[in-house]
Amino acid sequence: MKCPRPIIEVARHIREVQVGAVLQLLADDPAAGPDLAAWCRMRGQTLVASDPPRFLVRREL
Amino acid sequence: MLPDARQAWLDAQQAGWGDPARLHRPGRLAAQALDQAREAVAAAVGARSDEVVFTGSAAHANHAAVAGLALGRRRVGPRIVTTAIDHSSVLSAAVAAGSHAPVEVDHEGHVDLDRWAAAVRSTGTAAACIQVANHEVGTLQPYAEASQICQQAEVPLIVDATAALGRIEFGGISGWSVLTGWAGAFGGPASVGILVIKKGVRWRAPYPTDDYQGGRWPGMPDVPAIYAAAVALECWRQSGHSVGERQHDLIDRLRAGIAQRVPDVDVAGDPVRRVPHLLTFSVLYVDGETLTLELDKAGFAVASGSACSASSEHPSHVLAAMGALTHGNVRIGLTWPTTQAEIDRFLAVLPPIVADIRATVGVS
Repeated sequence: MKCPRPIIEVARHIREVQVGAVLQLLADDPAAGPDLAAWCRMRGQTLVASDPPRFLVRREL
Repeated sequence: MLPDARQAWLDAQQAGWGDPARLHRPGRLAAQALDQAREAVAAAVGARSDEVVFTGSAAHANHAAVAGLALGRRRVGPRIVTTAIDHSSVLSAAVAAGSHAPVEVDHEGHVDLDRWAAAVRSTGTAAACIQVANHEVGTLQPYAEASQICQQAEVPLIVDATAALGRIEFGGISGWSVLTGWAGAFGGPASVGILVIKKGVRWRAPYPTDDYQGGRWPGMPDVPAIYAAAVALECWRQSGHSVGERQHDLIDRLRAGIAQRVPDVDVAGDPVRRVPHLLTFSVLYVDGETLTLELDKAGFAVASGSACSASSEHPSHVLAAMGALTHGNVRIGLTWPTTQAEIDRFLAVLPPIVADIRATVGVS
């Protein structure tokens, strides 16, 4: 899955978890780490863990 | 290429094609043209003309700068300190030197001066390298402070002036040991790199050399291209600040217009303390390759730091180090004749292109 696909998938699936819950992303794209951090900043979400290929995002709003 | 530089290139092909090391007339004419080019570069950067060397590209100049100081100061140690967002040719040369210490930058790309000082002062530091301005986002580094730290620590400083040479006033850029640049960045031929090594600096050629250019870069120099490069640089000097001021305003207009018209855009770099002609922004949920190709169809040749549009699988190390979005990235470099009408046309075509790409993805 290449950029920006992982971020698009996170944007889709974050709506499916409750506020305060954590979404896990598995992505082998080298851009996933920096882009997920940037997406969280732009979208007001929190990147809880960035350990490629595994990332955890907490839904804040 | 600037029209005056192209004309100078053609003229020099007629008169200055000789080998500048030979005594025949074409050789003497070439030697004269080479001397004039050295003087023009020396005047632009505040150096002596015999300190100026011409290489084949910016990458060559950066490799020679880093490897030459690493060799000259090998008794001190192998460490090369850079910022995290230096040009890839500097980073790879630093890794090749044996010990690379990249220093973090903030969200706008300014180097962290406390960490810079700590890295420079660590024992075993052969040299440090900083850019005047970043080649992707345009941010000006806190050059005076970074340079002073190096002088106090007696660590030679390489200044990569590639994105700044010709574009900004160079008065405050002093205290360096080696300076690098590239004619392709200021409207000269892409085949001319610039390497200026101050007298007394412990730099040693890290490759076999010959009699050309004082034993600092081997092989017969391409005098017509070098002459054209010097003419291009001279064009910027003669324009004073007028072109730079116009371009600074055009980028301001572009920056504000993009943020206003396209939702979810990450515009990177320092909005004020920057070179006049560069802008980088990233569009959320859009892939850089499609965006670049669509803009090309609309008549705009832009670069991209996104992994999918680059020659490697990795996104721009500059954007990643700054915490900027790397996908959907567009990098704009204004040329001398860029007009406000072209900027406004770009602002008109960008929003529908982005909207169309996002519509196919189905996320907003």
